[in-house]
Amino acid sequence: MSGFRTLLYKELLRFWKVSFQTVGAPVLTALLYLMIFSHVLESHVRVHSVPYAAFLIPGLVIMSALQNAFANSSSSLIQSKVTGSVVFVLLPPISYVEFFLAYVVAAMLRGVMVGSGVLLVTMWFAPLTFIAPMWIVLFVAIGGAIMGALGMIAGIWADKFDQLAGFQNFLIMPLTMLSGVFYSIHSLPEFWQLVSRFNPVFYMIDGFRFGFFGVSDVAPELSLAVVVGSFLVVSAATLALLRSGYKLRS
Amino acid sequence: MSIAVAIDRVEKHFGSLRALAGVSLQIAEGEFFGLLGPNGAGKTTLISCLAGLVRPDAGTLSVLGHDVVGDYREARRRLGVVPQELVFDPFFSVRETLRIQSGYFGIRNNDDWIDEILANLDLTSKAEVNMRRLSGGMKRRVLVAQALVHKPPVIVLDEPTAGVDVELRQGLWQFVRRLNQDGHTVILTTHYLEEAEALCGRIAMLKQGHVVALDTTRNLLARVAGQTLQLRLAAAQTLPPALRERATESAATWTFHLDSLNEIEPLLAALREGHCVVDDLRLTQTDLEDVFLGVMKNSGSAAPAACR
Repeated sequence: MSGFRTLLYKELLRFWKVSFQTVGAPVLTALLYLMIFSHVLESHVRVHSVPYAAFLIPGLVIMSALQNAFANSSSSLIQSKVTGSVVFVLLPPISYVEFFLAYVVAAMLRGVMVGSGVLLVTMWFAPLTFIAPMWIVLFVAIGGAIMGALGMIAGIWADKFDQLAGFQNFLIMPLTMLSGVFYSIHSLPEFWQLVSRFNPVFYMIDGFRFGFFGVSDVAPELSLAVVVGSFLVVSAATLALLRSGYKLRS
Repeated sequence: MSIAVAIDRVEKHFGSLRALAGVSLQIAEGEFFGLLGPNGAGKTTLISCLAGLVRPDAGTLSVLGHDVVGDYREARRRLGVVPQELVFDPFFSVRETLRIQSGYFGIRNNDDWIDEILANLDLTSKAEVNMRRLSGGMKRRVLVAQALVHKPPVIVLDEPTAGVDVELRQGLWQFVRRLNQDGHTVILTTHYLEEAEALCGRIAMLKQGHVVALDTTRNLLARVAGQTLQLRLAAAQTLPPALRERATESAATWTFHLDSLNEIEPLLAALREGHCVVDDLRLTQTDLEDVFLGVMKNSGSAAPAACR
């Protein structure tokens, strides 16, 4: 497994070398969201009897984590494909399973790092509780892994940066933004509540938030089942893609 | 001597394009082997099949007895490939790049060997410099270093001197020649035929996915044996009729094809007898370029050569 260890180390070093952009920038963005939305809505809204700013923080934390997990694997793969340096990881004796694990774990760790950064700078703005920390860790870890694997699919599929941007802007962004980061789905009309229930990201966020406040839109066990199921499906698809050599080994 | 690389009836199609049309080759351990051919002949595709970057449609390839598909881990451990494109990872320094590449092959604490490669490729002063800040020639050397970091017994160089200045080219060949003398098997593709002639003991020529010539460099050169003698006479002079029959004339220059150097003296004697005043005289040795052009011209629709 030393190929895996080195590839994981390389992927971590890669984003850490530009951490101002890969960790600092998303933390700042989340902080701006919090300040603006909580300023506007704090005195008007309580969700599940939680003050709005407190409700918003876990949503921002996991949204940032998920988006950055996706960005990590997808941008790494497309960059190395476009520059041709992907050959350095294709020539050594690294199996497709090791390849998958290294990229997914690195993406997950970047997600966790960004999420922790967002939590660290936002937790001072509202009274947070941590009722079930294991749920918090579980949902951010599995959610990050799903997004890391999706990022691999996007990075392998895309030939150009604008194709990847399309994937990111038209799939990942709507899935994460329209998933209950900023609201409880109970506040939505019935039809949109139903639509939200088909969005796996909704379950990641709802379960993650349960870990903080002990309240959620759906039962956390259901959320966990959906998230684990999604992880298995996305992983199987990514592994099948890697095994076939699609766009990597012609 | 055992076989370092065995390629057996390998075929590869890209859509309707037949890149490799049943290539078979065997390269012995310790050989310095040349793979020549015009652009699109299939050289890089063949090397990519060997490296596992391209999956062949049919046929098998193995490195030191290890199949490149079924036993890819062992095959790749024994193979170092210098890719044709000048690629690099812009995030890392030269040393980081080499350490990471070592790790991919499962080798840790490889700094002694890395230092040795850096010194041999004259890269020691650049070890801590980011890859982005290196010149093209330096980046090319790092590519060579990356291919050697796991001490592979078989080294493949895919046009490693394209766009490289003369000094670096000489240094690089000196280094590769030493690796070959130390027992490494070297496979080289190049467009510089004089390089192949100087370095390779045996050469395969590819055309349209077929091997159209496969022989020792010496035998290939012997195919177009002899020398060419060109001479220009002083103004208003002409060749004696006996000589004129043997020569071809172009732009006031007469060209004689000689099978051996022994033919020169009678020719000069005939010139003297005819009272010819020679302005310029040039004798050139047949080189690999003549062989290459001859083989490419004569192979027509690229019928396969007999392979050993």
